Amino acid sequence: MDRQAILDELKKVLTPYTANKGALNSINEQTDLIKDLHINSANLVDIIIDAESKYDIEIDMDSAERISSVGSCIDVIIEKLHHRN
Amino acid sequence: MIMEHRVVITGLGVVSPNGVGVPDFLDALRQGRSGLKFMPRYEELNFNCQVTGMPDFNWEQLRDYLPEVTFHGLKGSTIGYAIKAAADAWLDAGNSLADGETHWDTGCVFGNSVADTEAMKRVISFVDSKQARKLGSRVIEQSMNSGATAYVSGLLGLGGKIITNSAACATGSQAVLMGYEYIKYGMARRMVVGSNEYIDPYIFGAFDSMRILSRKYNHEPERSSRPMSATANGFVPGSGAAALVLEDLDSAMARGATIYAEILGGVNNSGGQRGGGSMTAPNPRGIVDCIKGAMDSSGVSGADIDLVSGHLTATVADKLEIECWSAALDRKEADFPLVNSLKSMIGHCLSAAGSIEIVAVALQLRHQFVHPNINLEDPHPDILNMISAEAMPTKCINKEINRVAKANFGFGDVNTCLIFAKHI
Repeated sequence: MDRQAILDELKKVLTPYTANKGALNSINEQTDLIKDLHINSANLVDIIIDAESKYDIEIDMDSAERISSVGSCIDVIIEKLHHRN
Repeated sequence: MIMEHRVVITGLGVVSPNGVGVPDFLDALRQGRSGLKFMPRYEELNFNCQVTGMPDFNWEQLRDYLPEVTFHGLKGSTIGYAIKAAADAWLDAGNSLADGETHWDTGCVFGNSVADTEAMKRVISFVDSKQARKLGSRVIEQSMNSGATAYVSGLLGLGGKIITNSAACATGSQAVLMGYEYIKYGMARRMVVGSNEYIDPYIFGAFDSMRILSRKYNHEPERSSRPMSATANGFVPGSGAAALVLEDLDSAMARGATIYAEILGGVNNSGGQRGGGSMTAPNPRGIVDCIKGAMDSSGVSGADIDLVSGHLTATVADKLEIECWSAALDRKEADFPLVNSLKSMIGHCLSAAGSIEIVAVALQLRHQFVHPNINLEDPHPDILNMISAEAMPTKCINKEINRVAKANFGFGDVNTCLIFAKHI
């Protein structure tokens, strides 16, 4: 799965967590989940749980702490997908 | 000396088994429409009582009130009911959900009995299967006793006292009384008050085991709740919520608000679980003192009461309640005022009962009618020995009513009585 495909899927996961739809439509790897999309930091947990179930992976707490931008989120997902296989 | 303020009702919202939203609920009151239904699931669960009052609630409609982020992940029915009722009351009072302001002069008292046990069932199964990490961030806020209050005050931007109260079946009327007192003594200009209840199968089952629920009308659900009737055979649990916006009279007048009714006074007390009172039964002295105290605090006497909105759940306690009203008002037989019980239509919504019934009182005062008691073709002979049959209307009556006494009594031997007046 390439990074663009994951980014497109991630956009769907993020939809219910941000009111900032304009920013969501134009996300790239540098987009910061909290600063740019104004996602409530408490909801990062829910986004991780949703991503886990979407890709059938497990994102441990140490990996989760590395997530702040869309790019870092893709990094973790690819790493865990690789791990799974 | 503390300056006392007059308090009026300027907004209503209701999620009732027989009507969601004020127009539908008002129509149901006038028509004497039952909201009780047979529940096949309760039959499967071997409950004695297989009927309940469940609002016809459109969950998706909450999207009209809540930001998408809040709506996503909201699971608890009881909080959903509270949000709908409170937002409707807020809008009815002429406010906006989108002003972005904190209303520092407005507080909230909202009560419930238990947080949603059905929602907690999911938590229990996740934890027991060692999957706690998958529960997410939204469970705790919905399992807090203050969950409904937290959602409501956040949605409306309330910045005054934010209180979650709980007094069993007296919760709703206690919330209204507390809100009234804060405004009366100048601690708030407005208060959003109310209560909510969702009877999931677990709480229902526990009530069922007490053998105090109606069980003889499972296949005639609309006849199952029979307050003051010779064939009353226990109460029917119901779910729902209601909310009111209470406001300082001067504030309401200054902005030309619609005023549904004025609250003249009220009392919350307990019989101390003595003198015949217990965890589940009231001390009659407590009830009589509560009603008399409410009238005293309102500057009215028993002769001034045009309508009694009873607690009257359709158990053996109905007789005792009428006896207490008669003693407290010092009125009997043909002199007894009109009395009605909304529970004949919607069952007993426990914590939500008081607020739903008070919305009904406000509507009866505003529109000058008395809603019928349904299922009262056979008034109990012991009640007929105390008051005349004409005092218990079985059809909607359009007539002038000026003062209404409303009471609720709860487990723990707690009582609340409030006196409402037509606003002139």
